[in-house]
Amino acid sequence: MEFVFTQEQEMIRETAASFLAEVSDSAAVRRAMASEQGYETALWDRICGEMYWQAIHVPESCGGMGLGYVELVAMMEQMGRHLLCAPFFSTVCLAANALRVAGSEEQQAQWLGQICEGKLTATLAFNGGSSSWDAQAITATWRREADAYVLNGEYRYVIDGHTADLLIVAARAEGTAGEQGISLFLLKSETPGVSRQWLPTMDQARKQAAIELTEVRVSADAVMGLPEQGWPALAKTIDLATIALAAEQVGGCQQMLDMAVAYTSERVQFNRTIASYQAIKHKAADMMLKTEVARSAIYYAACVAHEALEGGPLALELSEAASVAKSYCSDAYFEIAADALQMFGGVGFTWEYDVHLYLKRAKSSEHLLGNGALHRERLARVLLD
Amino acid sequence: MKLSFSPEDEQFRAEVSSWLQDNLQGDFEKLRYRGGPGDEHTFPEERKVWEQKLAEGGWTCVGWPKEYGGRGCSIEQQVIFFEEYARTGAPGRVGHIGEGLTGPTLIAFGTQEQREKYLPGIVAGTELWCQGYSEPSAGSDLANVKTKARFDAARGKWLISGQKVWTSLAHESDYCFVIARTDPESVAHKGLGFFLIAMDQPGIEVRPIVQITGTSEFNEVFFDDAECDAGDIVGAAGDGWKVAMGLLGFERGVSTLGQQMQFQNELDEVVRQARSNGAAKDPVIRQRIARAHAELKIMRYNSMRILSGQSGSDGALQKEALIYKLFWSTWHRSLGELAMDVLGPECEILESGPYELSRLQSMYLFVRADTIYGGTNQIQRNIIAERGLGMPREPKGAAQ
Repeated sequence: MEFVFTQEQEMIRETAASFLAEVSDSAAVRRAMASEQGYETALWDRICGEMYWQAIHVPESCGGMGLGYVELVAMMEQMGRHLLCAPFFSTVCLAANALRVAGSEEQQAQWLGQICEGKLTATLAFNGGSSSWDAQAITATWRREADAYVLNGEYRYVIDGHTADLLIVAARAEGTAGEQGISLFLLKSETPGVSRQWLPTMDQARKQAAIELTEVRVSADAVMGLPEQGWPALAKTIDLATIALAAEQVGGCQQMLDMAVAYTSERVQFNRTIASYQAIKHKAADMMLKTEVARSAIYYAACVAHEALEGGPLALELSEAASVAKSYCSDAYFEIAADALQMFGGVGFTWEYDVHLYLKRAKSSEHLLGNGALHRERLARVLLD
Repeated sequence: MKLSFSPEDEQFRAEVSSWLQDNLQGDFEKLRYRGGPGDEHTFPEERKVWEQKLAEGGWTCVGWPKEYGGRGCSIEQQVIFFEEYARTGAPGRVGHIGEGLTGPTLIAFGTQEQREKYLPGIVAGTELWCQGYSEPSAGSDLANVKTKARFDAARGKWLISGQKVWTSLAHESDYCFVIARTDPESVAHKGLGFFLIAMDQPGIEVRPIVQITGTSEFNEVFFDDAECDAGDIVGAAGDGWKVAMGLLGFERGVSTLGQQMQFQNELDEVVRQARSNGAAKDPVIRQRIARAHAELKIMRYNSMRILSGQSGSDGALQKEALIYKLFWSTWHRSLGELAMDVLGPECEILESGPYELSRLQSMYLFVRADTIYGGTNQIQRNIIAERGLGMPREPKGAAQ
């Protein structure tokens, strides 16, 4: 049992931290988030060309680096800490995971290969506008017409959906409900009948879109896995992405804690730094507790996710590990960001200071892929029903 | 990161499990799930015999080095032992203070004579220990101990006078380790000594404290020129604080994983109750049970991080270790409240009169102690802020 980073993992973490400190400072985040695209092409090209992060956990046979989920999680933690604006979560944590879980060998070779070359961004769309984030959230439909599939319907909360080159969409056979009839399709975003609309968001550092499909025709080779049996693969993909998102939340927790400690250690009132008051120290102690507990949750979940992709006995725990991590990290991040804002006082309320960027990210990531209450209910169903 | 146990470890698990199943039989059957915190007063004599039964099987002091009579188990094997021990429902250990605290302290700081004199009785499960730290005016401010130790050169013995309080199992123990002031002029953490004292002597009186549960496991211990052999001071006179703090480090060892298995047993009982009385359908109760479940899982992962991590070369605790006491104590206290809320109005009704508590009622009341002893939650937050985050230390009060 070695529940610590290996030297190599530690090195990846440190490289990510120092690179992001350089390229994703406050000014860079604010530039990117002010644009509709939501990221700077030059930075994404550097990430793909120099750092090769988009290929981190893609197998070498598909042109990837062949590293594991622990490395991916270590990197997501740093991205959350620095609020990196890039189509990484959508392309790697959503789409590449979907391809790894559900794609055929040919589909993987083609699309993962292009992702690894940095030529393609991608995302996953399945939620028609529900807070349930499960099979019931899928409202788009498909029907068979001769050799083709015809897709209709709407998606909301699609991360980077307005910019992604490739869409992986879930739809259900007309007339089905629940987990029945669900299929996954690969769809180039310029396919006729695909309409994409950027949705302006409170958290400007992560872009969301609405997608509408009107009589979109795709051929049989666009289907991922067996038609009508797509739900288990999609559920697994969502769990994997949920773990990556929780890791991003932990990075945000750490950054809020560090910023709050630094600020209160400078700010003087009544002739002493406000960090010397127990009211502040005890809040900070609770923030550190939540951050470390959240970190323990995602490191374990990372090991589980790794075995879910590469094989191993922990794979059976994927759904539980995702819910344990996301429920704790979602609540912890928002509480920590809210406490940090309180500790900053008046300046924390300004647009100029960065605290609001994290408070907004905390709330947006809390609700993305299910909030704490939803994931606790998932756990409760297994325990109590 | 690697989380799996080796085939040898799994074989060890089977060995532990089958030994416990084979031996927790007959007279010992009634000890299952008994004698944990809040339940220490039950079956003390039978649990002493059980301690010796464990020793016969070689299952005491499993983590100690073989040269001191231990089993020399790896960390993985210790984790497995404590997990299986709790899973089987084997009783709360009456020997845990000797095994977990006295022994490691003597191995680290003691003389060879002290080790030879005291370790075999701990390994054999025949000699029990208690801990003499807190005093009426030395609670959170532990360094404020007033108990005095003076050396009587004529008799060649230390004489100890003063009062200790909150001493668990003092009434069952053969020995007590005590921090006392060797330099009467000293203040705070200077001028203290760490003593090993036999309990069965005229200078010691033990008075049980009746607790919130109506039962007693804590005691007051009064020392009136209690004798201690010259060779039974650990470290030099004046080194007591260093030894005492070293000992506190041993409290965060692998046995915390066994503690968590006991928490799991309690949570399982809460889940059982909720399913049988319909509380499991209440959406608020569902959220609270799921939260307790998730956090207990994470508590285990956090302990695995502590066990896998390397402590700093300066002996500083890693961050995940610094937060551990505050995390588990707060979690456990909430579990007590949850248990009563799951039971609803039935939570009031006792097993029998005059004050016979059920296991969950007893747990609910006893866990109020968890956020107080071993460093209150408030002290824990000071420690986390100061050592973990480098925030300013609390100002010292003016000397009185």
